Amino acid sequence: MDESGAPAIQVAPSELHTHGHIEHRKKVFELNKVSVYYGDTKAVSDVSLDIYHRNITALIGPSGCGKSTLLRSLNRMNDLIPGARVEGEVFYHESNLYDRKVNPVQVRKLIGMVFQKPNPFPKSIYENVAFGPKSLGMKDDMDDIVEQALRDAALWDEVKDRLHTNAYGMSGGQQQRLCIARAIATQPEVILMDEPCSALDPVSTGKIEDLMVELKRNYSIVIVTHNMQQAARVSDMTALLMVELDSDEHNRWGEVIEYDDTNKIFTNPRDPRTDQYVSGRIG
Amino acid sequence: MVTNEKTPRTGRTRLAVAGARAGSVSVFGKSSPGERAGSVLFPAVLLLALTLALTGLASLLVWSFVKGYPRLDANLIFNAPSTLFPATAGFRPAILGTLYIIAGVIVLIVPLGVGAAIYLEEYANRERWYNRLIELNIQNLAGVPSIVFGILGLAFIVRGPLDLGFIAASASITLALLVLPTVILAAREAIRAVPPSIREGSLALGATQWQTLSRQVLPASTPGILTGVILAISRAIGEAAPLLMIGAVTFVMFDPSFFSGGYTALPVQIYNYAVRPQEEFRNLAAAGIIVMLAVLLLMNSFAVWLRNRYEQRW
Repeated sequence: MDESGAPAIQVAPSELHTHGHIEHRKKVFELNKVSVYYGDTKAVSDVSLDIYHRNITALIGPSGCGKSTLLRSLNRMNDLIPGARVEGEVFYHESNLYDRKVNPVQVRKLIGMVFQKPNPFPKSIYENVAFGPKSLGMKDDMDDIVEQALRDAALWDEVKDRLHTNAYGMSGGQQQRLCIARAIATQPEVILMDEPCSALDPVSTGKIEDLMVELKRNYSIVIVTHNMQQAARVSDMTALLMVELDSDEHNRWGEVIEYDDTNKIFTNPRDPRTDQYVSGRIG
Repeated sequence: MVTNEKTPRTGRTRLAVAGARAGSVSVFGKSSPGERAGSVLFPAVLLLALTLALTGLASLLVWSFVKGYPRLDANLIFNAPSTLFPATAGFRPAILGTLYIIAGVIVLIVPLGVGAAIYLEEYANRERWYNRLIELNIQNLAGVPSIVFGILGLAFIVRGPLDLGFIAASASITLALLVLPTVILAAREAIRAVPPSIREGSLALGATQWQTLSRQVLPASTPGILTGVILAISRAIGEAAPLLMIGAVTFVMFDPSFFSGGYTALPVQIYNYAVRPQEEFRNLAAAGIIVMLAVLLLMNSFAVWLRNRYEQRW
């Protein structure tokens, strides 16, 4: 997906230290003291964590603790909000996403996003899925791309006979799967999901959770969810964010309290606040 | 509350139903006579307002049709006007003039109006004072009397810097300026109506702002933009005052051309006939009104068809 003139994004495996022992897990993102401000208000403070390749990483925490803000900083969607700024570094492989020379449009071609409320375009199902590849100038056979994306999103069988009908004629769960198909049609490396199931019924939620586990084989997924059980079911790594007050209790921002394997977070966390949150006593 | 079922025979159920019926009446209470009168009177007043408005409009149309219908024939469209022979006089130069002028107006207002609306909605920084000044003044311009645009046209387009002379192109430019605020306002509303979630979805896929605009936002706002253009055309067709100022000569016997020579337009020609003392010319003016309405309907129908075509696309 590299165009001449754009900075090439390097891919390299890297070492990391966790809990005192060295693991060779390939990293996709390396966040280094990342803080996000809206104007003068700090929303997220000093996040440093690594997101691993072809894992599902869940960001959990109570409402308003900055999970979505942090997620959106991974594909420079915060740029769309006037007054938003990011301090610190977000390394995608070896490149800092917030370097002056990086074009946000290039970033979003490699890092896709699915939103909380399904937002299909007011076009046909086919045109929805084809929009990304067409905009990016992908020259391959569009019919094949659309079919492959819809199959990977577990939607093909349901819509193959009505590809050219209006996307709004589908149920909410189908529309969300269409948004997922749309995002993977451009063959990104990462898919960011901002509470993808919170607007859906439990059956659709189950289908999308199954889909996520399937997609993990080819994509790295970062998901924000306020549903702890969902995080426990599908994710490999979990980060808990909570709101912290500063010393004079006037300013509030979100911080990562703990980040670890999902198993450890839910069965044997290190921080007492994590234990309280996941067992439902606070939050 | 009131049902057609028979009252149940068994005692306990009957008591319960009776209690429920009584209870349901007493819980909500009855409306007062004042409330009931008001709920009849208010719609009646609104109906009266509607009737008055429509009656005024209808009487104008009815007068035109009654006077002009007998006069309708092919001569009207194909013949040149005449001061001597009202029986065979026609509107041909005026019809052609109107069509040329309106074509010129459309060519000007669509790119300028839509372009200005896109700039104001998508690219302008609202905090800057000059952008706020522009916002304020577009609303004002939409309400300026049309004769002022006639003076503007005379001073700057026909004479002055542009110095185009008394040609149909000058009329197009002047009328385009007159209706441009309408198009800009309608286009802005249409662009604003596209939900931000569509824009976000497009940008999140790696599309540029221009791709998002041209492939998502503009197609979605096309019906609203076309509505603005329809309103603009409807206004421009009927404007006589500015045309009189910028030299739409009131009596033209030859076919006009766009970039040279004299011209006239339907409203002006109708005015010309209407002020003559002879009764036949006034009938001719009424027939002209019918012709003008027909031209207007034709143009509007085409624009509505175009709008429907875009609406069905998705």
